Amino acid sequence: MKQQIIMKLLTGMAGLGIALGAATAHASPESDRQEFIKYYTSKYPNVKVEDYVYGALAFDADSKAQYDAIMEFPPFEGDIEKGRKMWETPFKNGKTYADCLPNGGKQIAGNYPMFDEAKGKVVTLQDAINDCRTANGEEAYKVNDMKTMGTLTAYMRTLSDGMLMNVKVESPKAMAAYEDGKKTFFSRKGQLNFACASCHVQNAGTRLRSEIISPAVGHAVHWPVFRGGDTLVTLQQRYDGCFKQVRAVPPAQGGAIMNNLEYFHSSLSNGMPMKASVFRK
Amino acid sequence: MAEPMRIRATMAGDVADVKVLMNHPMETGLRKDAKTGQLVPAYFIQEVTATINGATVLSADFGSGVSKNPYLGFKVKGPKKGDKVVVNWADNKGDKNSAETLIG
Amino acid sequence: MNALRRNVLKGAAGAGTVAVAVAAGLLKPTQALAAWNKDAFEAKNVGDAMKGLGVSGPADSKAITIKAPDIAENGAVVPVEVTSGIAGTTGITILAEKNASPLIADFRLSGGTQGFISTRIKMGQTSLVRAVVKAGGKSYTAAKEVKVTIGGCGG
Repeated sequence: MKQQIIMKLLTGMAGLGIALGAATAHASPESDRQEFIKYYTSKYPNVKVEDYVYGALAFDADSKAQYDAIMEFPPFEGDIEKGRKMWETPFKNGKTYADCLPNGGKQIAGNYPMFDEAKGKVVTLQDAINDCRTANGEEAYKVNDMKTMGTLTAYMRTLSDGMLMNVKVESPKAMAAYEDGKKTFFSRKGQLNFACASCHVQNAGTRLRSEIISPAVGHAVHWPVFRGGDTLVTLQQRYDGCFKQVRAVPPAQGGAIMNNLEYFHSSLSNGMPMKASVFRK
Repeated sequence: MAEPMRIRATMAGDVADVKVLMNHPMETGLRKDAKTGQLVPAYFIQEVTATINGATVLSADFGSGVSKNPYLGFKVKGPKKGDKVVVNWADNKGDKNSAETLIG
Repeated sequence: MNALRRNVLKGAAGAGTVAVAVAAGLLKPTQALAAWNKDAFEAKNVGDAMKGLGVSGPADSKAITIKAPDIAENGAVVPVEVTSGIAGTTGITILAEKNASPLIADFRLSGGTQGFISTRIKMGQTSLVRAVVKAGGKSYTAAKEVKVTIGGCGG
């Protein structure tokens, strides 16, 4: 039944050749990503795909100019500094995050989320940070706590600036998690009965009240954001907000639904450069 | 004021381009604290001065209408690379802050 | 308190006293008279703010450029750049006309400082952002409308 509803939604997006379910022969994350890009570029041939990383700003020069002005010397540099201090402060046992994360934590964010075969589930960068904490005798951070995990990643993710998103979906189990995330993305939810796709595919580039809706390609590379220049929001915190905005009960941040969604959603931005801690309205 | 002021000063041709990011909540006194429902008292930078090699180049009065973590950009003709830029501010509670940099 | 300060302050109730003192060469433009111009900053409309600043009848000038958005992304942080092409610019003042207190900031420029200020301001609602430029003992003005959908003054 859910499959039918999703298919109805998909056929409503003329030209989006996305298949659901790993059974289909040509379905692959890369072909999905290409289909999304084909859909957006046929609707908006004058917007460069590389500008999708700016989201709604790619569709409005006046907004983009404000982003550029603010990003020249962001008002939230102090908050990023707080994150740097958190990152560089050793654990009680003397070890640091750089000791347990690959490559000392530099240029790795684009590899996440990744499918951890041993654990049999998707692991986000935040999960990897928490694994590092608990392995060194510290308590895990709550992933939805902007003062701890949010602030730490506001700095830590900048160590991966410029890295191209590189989410891999290789094993059948990984594919199943990817497909689960895709299903969440395309499923209608909440009192308003919208899917992520209702806005970010069908209505990308159009206005929802006064706001231009951003395309899903280019989304996942630019987190966390500082709304209004001072309110820190992580990607899953934004998912939480989206669920609430369609009046659905949000799944737990850091749980399987959100992590699988982030897995699918991030792979849509494969090949695009990461840039953490940016301004949004 | 946990974070210090940041100053970037570079020569652009024969003009020193100075950019300052101050750290201050710039409370208007109109905002209600989300938890207590009480008005957060006005608390903002009121005076800013900038000197280059000891000579005042800019002096400003700010109101609470300047954005949180105030940004200020100005340009000065005459200074050279290596000259010292000093920026000072004072807020309505009497707190002060100062930072300096050399023009790069 | 020095005599000059006391005398000028005595007569400082109305507009023009500071301007007169400056014109008479009694007061250097960069000298701060009072610690902070409370009257001007707490004025509830542009007219009173201008009075508090000692500005009257500024001439409209096309030589003043205001770079500000057409529609502010967020009224709490609106980037504004004022460039004055008027020779001998010694002061730039920025106001947001419909803010509860329109005066945002007042800059006095000296030495080789150019007629240029870049900053970020709060706007409570759609209004004109006005710049007043002081040059050669005269004042000039220009304004640009900035639309605001999300007001940024708090409250």
